[in-house]
Amino acid sequence: MILLVLILILFFAALLSWIVGVKSHAGSRWIALCSLLLNLGIVTGVWVNHPAGTGRWWYQYRVDWVPHFGISLHLAMDGLSMLMLALTFFLGALSVLISWKEINSRVGFFHFNLLFVLCGITGVFLTMDLFLFYFFWEMMLIPMYFLIGIWGHEHREYAANKFFLFTQAGGLLMLLAILGLYFVHAANTNVYTFDYFDLLNTPMDPAMARWLMLGFLVAFLVKLPAVPFHTWLPDAHTEAPTAGSVVLAGLLLKTGAYGILRFVLPLFPAAAADIAPVAMLLGVIGILYGGMLAYAQTDFKRLIAYTSVSHMGFVLLGAFAFNEIAYQGVVMQMITHGISTGALFIIAGALYERIHTRNIRQMGGLWLRLPMMGSAAMIFVMASLGLPGLGNFVAEFLVLLGSWQANHLLTVLATIGLVVATAYSLRIMQKVFFGPCDRQYNMPDLSGRELVIIIALVIVICWLGFHPQPVLNTSQQNIDYVVR
Amino acid sequence: MSFVDFLSLGPLITLSAAGVATMLMVAAWRNHRIIYSCTLIAFIMAMMAVIPAIKYIPHTYPPLLVIDEFSLFNTGLILVAGFIILLLSFNYFEEREERKEEYYILLILATIGALVLVVSRHFMALFLGLEILSISLYGLIAYLRARERSDEAGIKYLMLAALSSAFLLFGMALVYAFTGHMDFPGIGAALRQAGYLPVSVMAGFGLMLIGVGFKLGIVPFHMWAPDIYEGAPLPVAAFIATISKGAILVLLIRFYQDIHGNDYPMLWWMVAIIAVASMFAGNWLALTQQNIKRILAYSSIAHMGYILVAFLSGVQTGLEALAFYLVAYFITSIGAFGVVIVMSSSLQDAETIADYKGLFWRYPWVATVFTAMLLSLAGIPLTAGFIGKFYVVMAGVNGHQWFLLFMLVINSVIGLYYYIRLVAVMFAVPANGEQTTVVPALPIAGNITLVILTILLIGLGVYPTAMMQLIQQMMRILV
Repeated sequence: MILLVLILILFFAALLSWIVGVKSHAGSRWIALCSLLLNLGIVTGVWVNHPAGTGRWWYQYRVDWVPHFGISLHLAMDGLSMLMLALTFFLGALSVLISWKEINSRVGFFHFNLLFVLCGITGVFLTMDLFLFYFFWEMMLIPMYFLIGIWGHEHREYAANKFFLFTQAGGLLMLLAILGLYFVHAANTNVYTFDYFDLLNTPMDPAMARWLMLGFLVAFLVKLPAVPFHTWLPDAHTEAPTAGSVVLAGLLLKTGAYGILRFVLPLFPAAAADIAPVAMLLGVIGILYGGMLAYAQTDFKRLIAYTSVSHMGFVLLGAFAFNEIAYQGVVMQMITHGISTGALFIIAGALYERIHTRNIRQMGGLWLRLPMMGSAAMIFVMASLGLPGLGNFVAEFLVLLGSWQANHLLTVLATIGLVVATAYSLRIMQKVFFGPCDRQYNMPDLSGRELVIIIALVIVICWLGFHPQPVLNTSQQNIDYVVR
Repeated sequence: MSFVDFLSLGPLITLSAAGVATMLMVAAWRNHRIIYSCTLIAFIMAMMAVIPAIKYIPHTYPPLLVIDEFSLFNTGLILVAGFIILLLSFNYFEEREERKEEYYILLILATIGALVLVVSRHFMALFLGLEILSISLYGLIAYLRARERSDEAGIKYLMLAALSSAFLLFGMALVYAFTGHMDFPGIGAALRQAGYLPVSVMAGFGLMLIGVGFKLGIVPFHMWAPDIYEGAPLPVAAFIATISKGAILVLLIRFYQDIHGNDYPMLWWMVAIIAVASMFAGNWLALTQQNIKRILAYSSIAHMGYILVAFLSGVQTGLEALAFYLVAYFITSIGAFGVVIVMSSSLQDAETIADYKGLFWRYPWVATVFTAMLLSLAGIPLTAGFIGKFYVVMAGVNGHQWFLLFMLVINSVIGLYYYIRLVAVMFAVPANGEQTTVVPALPIAGNITLVILTILLIGLGVYPTAMMQLIQQMMRILV
């Protein structure tokens, strides 16, 4: 029941903040913030106090929805879902905070969309019914489309359309695969159901399994994004408002990774193992290609967007390495990438508010004016390049350690990605904060609100770097299950 | 005729009586308000008349008509759709035309034609229903005589409908020549006895398909659709998009089932090619349109293609999916036209995309409804269209029609583009000083109707179970 409450809180808060937003902008913001903090509190409470000894699934909730088709409202939470939800609400709350000054038009509707996206993402992370999964998967697109299309930068409509069409095309293929699985299961067992637990271990012939697996995989690779399907990402991230970029990079990409871990690997273990070398290769291509493109960008947000492509390559590499260490790394990478990239987008947004450009050629020497922002950027740039002591290092190290056991050559190539990461990360600092300053800026450094956001992010990324054990323990149970 | 006969035909008889009554009333005293209320009451009574008929199903009037779950369900659907279109009509005509009264007579007649189609299982009844429907539509389409495009639309429809009727008749004659039957089950039995499909019957079916395809507006018989949607009064366009197409579709299903169409791969291929062509042509041509009515016309061509995919799946789920999709399509189409009606002023219909620019910030409520309708057409969750599309895809997977499904997926993505383009226009922030030309009428009755449609749309999207059970029960007898 608590799981349904998490979704409902966001849903009603979304409606309420829209209604209130007509009269009072501040009211709308506070409602959004409080609902997200409330959810964050609930999830943290669950993490600390979850019933011990209940096995892998901490909570389950199930009621029939459309019994005619075997569709049920089936929600369940395990360690992986919990971690993802904590990340969702944390970044969600920060997204509201960073929009406090940035979004001034149609505030109510903005928060409605923001909360609705988060509501859909929450559903995706919780649902154990494939129909419901598709339902939430599609549901989060529309508000995201509006977030980009209404509050975005110059080329927002193009970016929004591209984002929408790419993810929809992937989603529809997934729908075909879901239905294929449904009927294969029914043909073999005579039970018509979309329930995840029933569909696990569906006996099917390998050719069929491969096609169905590909249907799922394409949808998740588009979302992740892996290299041939990544072209929507730089546009969408660049044109979205800051909160939109944070939600996109921090959370929406994670739904793709989550889908691979939750659905592709457990539902089609044999077919996934067959395609593993190809998938790992795509991951490595993503790491290198994304990194190289990132180095070539002049638009600050676009640069960060391409680093996402690179970082998500590690997720793909680790997910298809089929061993425990790599999975631990993948889960860590999902979280730390959310934090560090989210933080970089927040800094890019804050910078844009002050100097109204995203072109890093026109920046330079900003450290003198903005020492606090500079130090914050330094921390997250270091995180992004994988400096030991920060969360990303743990994640990438574990992924590489795991994938080494699976494939030596690809791991070596992926390691080169770390060098590329160093190059583009240092370039950010070099171009933006160091170097000559040819303009006279007069602008404030981080405000109190921004400082709170940045400090929260710094604490989390350091905590993940120095003491990742609680997170690793939490994802452990789930991973045992996937590997087996 | 026995008492049961009367009860079973209740809806038809009620409407026919209403047709005569309104005609006499117009002769005696012209008053828009009175005739409007009478028509409303007639539709309500006809809807009520469905209820006693339920008790006596299945009931046949050999050889012409049959009243079973399937026809009664569709009778109800058509009556409800007609009622809603009626609700949207009053203001539209009140503001436009000095002689408004005949519109209601024609609307009743057209609805009678549609009702005859859904209960017929004989060529005679089929043709009778089709002609009542067509001839009323000639008048309805050209009803606003003063407008520039209405004559063109009316004459175009007249020519093409007459031509397609001729094809249909010739096709029927060929089928009759071989089988010696005009009732559908008789034809099916005769063909089964023969064991094969002779060329003459094949040609007959092909010619009939032209006649039916014209009414459905499927490729390559779709050319009329955009012009007529554009030229006809908006409520009439909604009528053509929903009731006229729906009734023919119901007839097509019954015919196909009665002649055991699945036994003849040739027939399957004919329909399959038409389905794929309709999806592509409809979506492709809609992409560049600047006129909302034309977009809706092309989109309805594409949707007929989707419906045919369910039809072709050859499993019972397919027929259920079709019925569900039809309901969702009725709600969505009438809703979309309803928005255009509500937005139109007495001088001009709000038909160009530019009229909708930034609508969300001027009339958030209307824009929200339109967004919901468009998203339903695109098949996005929380709307009836999503469940409908899901159902169709499900039927396709169940029937292993992978090729058709991939076509459907590709087309859904193409279709999405123009739906979200419209949505994006409504949410675009209008530039300063930009004035829109059309001042919307926003009548109260229209707004209430839109509320009801939106509730239905979302209700079916969130809790489709009741409707599904009803449909499943109804389809069981057909297979």
